[in-house]
Amino acid sequence: MLLKPAVDNHDHVQGNTTADLIIVEFGDYQCPHCGAAHPIIKEMMNKFGSQTKFVFRNFPLTEIHPLARPAALAAEAAALQNRFWEMHDAIFEHQPFLAENLLLQLAGKLQLNIDQFRKDIHQSALAAKVDGDFESGMRSGVNGTPSFFVNGKKFDGGAGDLFELLQSSTE
Amino acid sequence: MLQKKDVAPDFTLHATPDQKISLSEFKGRNVILAFYPADWSPVCSDQMALYNEMLKYFKQYDAEIMGISVDSKWCHLAFSQSRNLHFPLLADFEPKGEVAKKYGAYNEAEGECNRVLFVINKEGIIEWSYQSPIAINPGADGILEALESLIKK
Repeated sequence: MLLKPAVDNHDHVQGNTTADLIIVEFGDYQCPHCGAAHPIIKEMMNKFGSQTKFVFRNFPLTEIHPLARPAALAAEAAALQNRFWEMHDAIFEHQPFLAENLLLQLAGKLQLNIDQFRKDIHQSALAAKVDGDFESGMRSGVNGTPSFFVNGKKFDGGAGDLFELLQSSTE
Repeated sequence: MLQKKDVAPDFTLHATPDQKISLSEFKGRNVILAFYPADWSPVCSDQMALYNEMLKYFKQYDAEIMGISVDSKWCHLAFSQSRNLHFPLLADFEPKGEVAKKYGAYNEAEGECNRVLFVINKEGIIEWSYQSPIAINPGADGILEALESLIKK
């Protein structure tokens, strides 16, 4: 299954933005499997970030994870203040305590402009971004979270398998 | 397993303990039938939870989705409540698996439905069918492509 649409300038990117190796994660901030994958991805990017472009797209399952969407919007609102990845990390690192209030506290800790942040989380453009990510996942055959795509193709495995793949391919 | 261009056999099954649904009620609308092995097993839950998030996209194609398994109406009720599902789960319970058998979606050895998807058009004709390996959640991309091809006709 192929990633649709391909990675573009609407995506949040970390690592080497010009790398040939492009990894996309579809994730849900309240999904425990995504929470467990997060430190593995961090370690992977610490080690292979210079050779890897990493993208995160939102895939919130809102009916079983009611805080997934508010968390996704908080990360997108942080992105408007150029702090997407800081918020992304902070949410996953505090996942067991996820709450609407926590999202505001994290925004405070990251020293975001809170008034702006409070306004931004209700912006329809941010809702559209999250919906667009979800729709992209749906059309790309995402069947659960986290789902990874390597160079546009669905990767049949979890974060640990991905780490191993990178380790063996760079040896 | 029934294929494209086959007539979708009609059925009447419990959707809740006091409500039955017939396929024929949906003439004039597109229907997605998702046969799945069992309530509560992890893969199925993910599959139904996934479709639950996609209802508004299915609606854009004038399509209704229904899950079908051999679990009873009471089991479906509890499962549906626990996952907050907003679409019907039909109980192919008595005679067990009768509808699944008509669609060629029954697994005799397990006594469960296989993981099979059908997209049925407004005239009640099957437009697309797909059997996924039991342990693999098929996602929704195939369903969406089938619905899109219906629109283009």
